[in-house]
Amino acid sequence: MRNITLSQAVNEALAEEMRRDETVFIIGEDVAEAGTPFKVLSGLVEEFGTERVVDTPIAEPGFMGLAVGAALTGTRPVVDLMFGDFIYLIMDQLCNQAAKAYYMSGGKLNVPLVLRTNLGATRRSAAQHSQSLHALVAHIPGLKVAMPSSAYEAKGLMKTAIRDNNPVVIFEDKLMYNDKAPVPEEEFLIPFGEANVKREGSDITLIGTSSMVQVCEAAAEILAKEGIKAEVIDPRTIVPLDEAALLKSAKKTSRVIVVDEGHQSFGITGEIASRINEKAFYHLDAPALRMGAMDVPVPFSPALEDITVPTPEAVAENARKLMSGEMIHAA
Amino acid sequence: MAKTKTNTEDYLRMYRQMVRIRTFEDNANQLYLSAKMPGLTHMYSGEEAVAVGICEALTTDDKITSTHRGHGHCVAKGAEFKEMFCELLGKEEGYCRGKGGSMHIADQSNGNLGANAIVGGSMGIATGSAFTSKLLGKDDVTVCFFGDGATAQGLLYEVMNMAALWNLPVIYACENNGYSEYTKTEEIAAGSITARAEAFGIEAHQVDGQDVLAVNELTQKLVARARKGEGPFFLELMTYRYHGHHVGDINREYYRSKDEEKDWKENKDPIIKFRGWLVEQGIASEDEIEAMNAEIKEDAEQAVAYAEAAPYPDQSEVDMHVYTDIKHALARDTA
Repeated sequence: MRNITLSQAVNEALAEEMRRDETVFIIGEDVAEAGTPFKVLSGLVEEFGTERVVDTPIAEPGFMGLAVGAALTGTRPVVDLMFGDFIYLIMDQLCNQAAKAYYMSGGKLNVPLVLRTNLGATRRSAAQHSQSLHALVAHIPGLKVAMPSSAYEAKGLMKTAIRDNNPVVIFEDKLMYNDKAPVPEEEFLIPFGEANVKREGSDITLIGTSSMVQVCEAAAEILAKEGIKAEVIDPRTIVPLDEAALLKSAKKTSRVIVVDEGHQSFGITGEIASRINEKAFYHLDAPALRMGAMDVPVPFSPALEDITVPTPEAVAENARKLMSGEMIHAA
Repeated sequence: MAKTKTNTEDYLRMYRQMVRIRTFEDNANQLYLSAKMPGLTHMYSGEEAVAVGICEALTTDDKITSTHRGHGHCVAKGAEFKEMFCELLGKEEGYCRGKGGSMHIADQSNGNLGANAIVGGSMGIATGSAFTSKLLGKDDVTVCFFGDGATAQGLLYEVMNMAALWNLPVIYACENNGYSEYTKTEEIAAGSITARAEAFGIEAHQVDGQDVLAVNELTQKLVARARKGEGPFFLELMTYRYHGHHVGDINREYYRSKDEEKDWKENKDPIIKFRGWLVEQGIASEDEIEAMNAEIKEDAEQAVAYAEAAPYPDQSEVDMHVYTDIKHALARDTA
């Protein structure tokens, strides 16, 4: 199988869906000739024209609101939000309008919209261009949230998102755009709500989202050398969440660490750990543990920034403590 | 394209629609005062010529977005009393199965994309609806209703910029009723409202919102031009709201005098004005008008009685309509 970058995978997914369905269009800042600052969309405007790859003014609430209205009336917009941090700017349109239209109308209006954005620190971009804010939107009923962990997931989840009749937010890790992974030439989709067991193991379960899947896999490698067999699971979508797969693994291994790049407090890790603690309690040898990003704004200095996010070494260290029976109360 | 309103039938329908709105609101207010309606509602009474003048210039395929003060837009765009009262009372047969209520009534079968409880919240939606029309090569036009208070929201200027850049078939209809909730508009709006649209190169008009024929005539021209790709347009419709900000806003002399309200109701009422014109022109007699009023009153009372007796949604509906493809959103979480 060929290897392509995550960026190419997203580009292919968009191109395939735009060829398949002429109501799909892309809208956002510098999406056309510039192809976005990350060059993810390069070449699309040449094929689909400026009518369907629409450059907007720098007006996130405006183009997000416009996309909601377009989706309500028969198109499938893919909104490009240049940085995940800008999600604060569009919260009303995303959470009050898009997320609630189907419910408030008793099922008469729906919003088949994809919001493409990103997450991820350690790019030396400081506090307003480095946040991982997926927990904010996962909290809102009516939105689906996908978190691709490689080029393969990025393509398959994007195609599913575009065909979904609900608003879907996809968070790509901006540090992974150039990471390559095997991606089939032939068409494929990845259904929402189906977790992927990336590595089988029997001693401990490491649940990771987005780039934290790589962190968990690296931690599992470290642990394997010490004779600890870690299972690594990627939920792929956090809404809907494949709770059954996560519980099944938790019951099998009896120990769980949930690793995610959002802030630890009130975040995804707490939600998943809590469900496991509630629903697999009698199968556990230790409480499911949370590992999120530090509860601080992301600092600029590399010396500070690098210690704010979970690393393979830190995950492995916590895994050892869980294995040895040492109770952990993470700060 | 809407027919030019030059015949008796069209005039009588406009009158009828205005009276239907007023009658709907009188009944809704009564439901609130008699504690039969859950929550609050915002009355459109006094502004009828705006919704009717505009919506009578639209086809069923044309779209509107509405506001928290939206009953008038909903009726004018073709909605039925029964489903509307059911929605106000949270009943299953309401337009939104009781899930939206007064501030979220949507009637997509008549092109009403919904009321919105966020002031200015639907400006993006209306502009996006016009974007769909252009992208898919359709000829429908979208009217975005909002109040003078909403002109303070930044979203308006973001979407007017895009609509003007891309010549979208949208008409921004600002209903200036003089008050931004409990504050005089002159205290919250600097400069001229129409000049704000003109700054984007958008043709803007100020029109007497109490004169249904003036509103209708202008809107027909603008809709026809918007269909040909000459949009967007901006209308500032000078009007007045008879009630407070909402039905519970009763003691309001601290921001508005009773004399001022009396003057608008007695001297500038859109229904009285139009009725006088119909009689004067020999289009309808006083008797015919009284008969029409009585019939509408009867319709409304029957719809209210129907809605009061109608069933609430089953409690199993609480987690339905969260996602299109998951019948009960909470079912998967109960493992």
